[in-house]
Amino acid sequence: MKFAVIVFPGSNCDTDMYHAVKDELGAEVEYVWHDTTNLDQFDGILLPGGFSYGDYLRTGAIAQFSNVMTEVVKAAREGKPVLGVCNGFQILLETGLLPGAMRRNESLKFICQPEELVVENAATTFTSQYEKGEVISVPVAHGEGNYYCDEETLEELKANNQIVFTYKNNPNGSVENIAGITNKEGNVLGMMPHPERAVDELLGSKDGLKLFQSIVKSWRERYVAAT
Amino acid sequence: MSLQHEPTSSQIKEQKLYREMGLSDSEFELVEKIIGRSPNWTETGLFSVMWSEHCSYKNSKPVLSKFPTKGERVLQGPGEGAGIVDIGDGQAVVFKIESHNHPSAIEPYQGAATGVGGIIRDVFSMGARPIAMLNSLRFGELESPRVKYLFEQVVAGIAGYGNCIGIPTVGGEVQFDSSYEGNPLVNAMCVGLIDHKDIKKGQAKGAGNSVMYVGAKTGRDGIHGATFASEELSEASEEKRPAVQVGDPFMEKLVMEACLELIHNCDALVGIQDMGAAGLTSSSAEMASKAGMGIEMNLDLIPQRETGMTAYEMMLSESQERMLLVVEKGREHEVEAIFAKWDLDCVTVGTVIEEKVLRLTHQGEIVADVPVDALAEDAPVYHKPSKEPAYYGEFQAQEDYIPEITSFKSTLLSLLKQPTIASKEWVYNQYDYMVRTNTVVAPGSDAAVVRIRGTKKALAMTTDCNSRYLYLDPEVGGMIAVAEAARNLVCSGAQPLAVTDCLNYGNPEKPEIFWQLEKSADGMSAACNKLATPVIGGNVSLYNETNGVAVYPTPVIGMVGLIEDTKHIVTQSFKEAGDIIYLIGESKLEFGGSELQKMKEGRIFGKAPHIDLEVEETRQRELLSAIQKGLIASAHDVAEGGLSVALAESVMDGKVGASVTLTDEPIGSLFGESQSRFLVTVKPEHQDEFQQLVKDAKIIGFVRSESGLAIDNEQGEELLSCTLQEMQDAWKGAIPCLLTSKA
Repeated sequence: MKFAVIVFPGSNCDTDMYHAVKDELGAEVEYVWHDTTNLDQFDGILLPGGFSYGDYLRTGAIAQFSNVMTEVVKAAREGKPVLGVCNGFQILLETGLLPGAMRRNESLKFICQPEELVVENAATTFTSQYEKGEVISVPVAHGEGNYYCDEETLEELKANNQIVFTYKNNPNGSVENIAGITNKEGNVLGMMPHPERAVDELLGSKDGLKLFQSIVKSWRERYVAAT
Repeated sequence: MSLQHEPTSSQIKEQKLYREMGLSDSEFELVEKIIGRSPNWTETGLFSVMWSEHCSYKNSKPVLSKFPTKGERVLQGPGEGAGIVDIGDGQAVVFKIESHNHPSAIEPYQGAATGVGGIIRDVFSMGARPIAMLNSLRFGELESPRVKYLFEQVVAGIAGYGNCIGIPTVGGEVQFDSSYEGNPLVNAMCVGLIDHKDIKKGQAKGAGNSVMYVGAKTGRDGIHGATFASEELSEASEEKRPAVQVGDPFMEKLVMEACLELIHNCDALVGIQDMGAAGLTSSSAEMASKAGMGIEMNLDLIPQRETGMTAYEMMLSESQERMLLVVEKGREHEVEAIFAKWDLDCVTVGTVIEEKVLRLTHQGEIVADVPVDALAEDAPVYHKPSKEPAYYGEFQAQEDYIPEITSFKSTLLSLLKQPTIASKEWVYNQYDYMVRTNTVVAPGSDAAVVRIRGTKKALAMTTDCNSRYLYLDPEVGGMIAVAEAARNLVCSGAQPLAVTDCLNYGNPEKPEIFWQLEKSADGMSAACNKLATPVIGGNVSLYNETNGVAVYPTPVIGMVGLIEDTKHIVTQSFKEAGDIIYLIGESKLEFGGSELQKMKEGRIFGKAPHIDLEVEETRQRELLSAIQKGLIASAHDVAEGGLSVALAESVMDGKVGASVTLTDEPIGSLFGESQSRFLVTVKPEHQDEFQQLVKDAKIIGFVRSESGLAIDNEQGEELLSCTLQEMQDAWKGAIPCLLTSKA
């Protein structure tokens, strides 16, 4: 399985994502510059955190117009796994691949700290290696991670089991403690916490590694086992 | 808008207009002598910024020459963008600290943000990948709305810039004292990693080579920033707000990535330097001067953000996120291609010439033609008069101060609430301290530790300075500042390598201030020599005064150490019940400049604590060797607030607690600030080996499973007993509480 780490001007968690996949997961991975117009050679798409285009307008608002995003949408429609973390999540919201929007943290301050997450849905492409209800430690680092959606959308998210991670102690004011959601089809995940920062015991937690392992497992089941 | 509005040479001279730019009469005469005529407006501007204290160190040079700057591992000492130290395997660490005090005093968010931006450029201009940021901040007492505003905005500015560019802010220190009320100190340090082969210098070699301008466009912001930084602050300083630059971390991220791509992938690059203080002037003049060459530039080609900019404005602008490159003639297109990928301006604006002058043309006219060495090297050097201040003699003559304590417990809890001691979580949780996923020890321990990916090695780093001791006794205080920084590194398992210092003082034209500067440099030099940590660069910030009152002498020490194997990393938290608690070093009744004296008396006085550098060096060496042998479970230096505070901090994470028995007199033991002390824990099975290795260690208690802290005397009587909750409430709650309380 080959991953693409999409790099926008201003991405700054791209190397973290790259090393998590290459060194800790042990899978193939390449950086892909934002003007790329073809992602066919990749099996999984990773949108890393950072401040794409400085996030001067609205987080992710400019990045959604990059050439590569057309391809990311195409990959998502084809059913390839797409993971957006932090700024990547914000870009997925702006692109419309995921519902809802981000507001500034309730404290109006940037927050960087380890956070306990509850795995709400362990039956997704991204979470099959976790147990439902499992509490994992994954850091957050964001200024705009206060997830919002209207009542109707929230009901839909719940009805379709799209809420994958929630915060145990909500750090930012997100609706229903939401930390991560998928699309209806379950192949696009956006989350504010950084699983790529939790893949090495030396740095405090390895709980994020299973997320990447889940992606590989479901890909194998879908493509390798079938052939 | 155009040149004819500028004063003529004769007007500048007759009306002494150069004085407004900070040049003295004698300096102006010297300029005339050097160039053999009266300078025009632009040239006067060039000399005024290059001869400002900020750029020329004209007042501090004699003091700076005291510092040891050489060592086996030093690859680059003072004089370039940043110093470089070898860490083996063809790798090196690059680091430097710099002040942004004056801008932060009047525009705290942008002042702090651009301080961060500037120091990052210094590091990547050497060819290094910046891997960590630290800072050292000083504010007035956290009481007035103004101080709270400065504190909140400075922290937000550091966070805003560092988080966006994606370099983790891993450590630092914040202290509060009324001497910083109107003149906060904002010092930022950047640490970078480099392979020896990639080291670049700011040199304009090779006649005919091209001078290229890359990065952000030049605007009218920050004009005369370096001059402004070399004046005292007053009420009128508010008018200097336009001298503060505005930062764009996104632009800097692009410039950084593009420059590193250029450095790693294109050997057409001859020299590179950041346009920091004095912008285009300092970068061009210094690069030419260092290479023994000259530079000719056509200012019409400079990318400009505004219309109608004069040569004077362009040369003195301190617009951020700009770099000056020297590139092999004929290979400019290779550089242009890299910058085009990052959508950045990249323009050939000049040429390296044999004649050692800086010659500028604008709109078809030569607007400046001056020798580069005159700008970069020939600023006058002043040997300022020095005089021991009256207060020093008085303090030295005083009887030792011994505080009266009625309750040990309430004294400890009150100390934990002092903003200088209290948890700085409110601050560092706003910094992305994890990005780049190498931060092994996060902010809050003695030193931050960042691993070097792909190796077993890690770097420990810290910033330190207890300016109260320096005020009481600059020489002893200077020794302590260096020793404490080294202590912090040793406690994390690192061999201290070298120092970058940021010398923050008042107006050096006052003999008493110059005395502080001189004496503290003596103390620092002695400690740097003894601990084998040479000074590889730094920054001087003088004139830190508001309405005539100087800050405490504050030479912030930035120090980096090498951990040979990540297995050696140690933190301050006690680990496991049953571990033996040792205190290394003896505790005396030393309270001059202590946190307790400040808390009880509202001021500091008397003698600074004694330090013996011989003892310091021995204990550090022994402790580090014990750590490297795997004998140490936790280590923490004993600093502000004394042993009681060090103990409380070691159990603050609540995983275990401690029971301590004191055999000595309790007041000095618990709260005194005697130097060269360490609090360590050792597993029982390592007891013998540890005691053989570390001579001055004495058992004072045991780690227990129950959280909290209990201290008894030898007779078994309770001196104090605190629950975890009590300590956490005091320590963690203090700063958020002060910030939300009404003044």
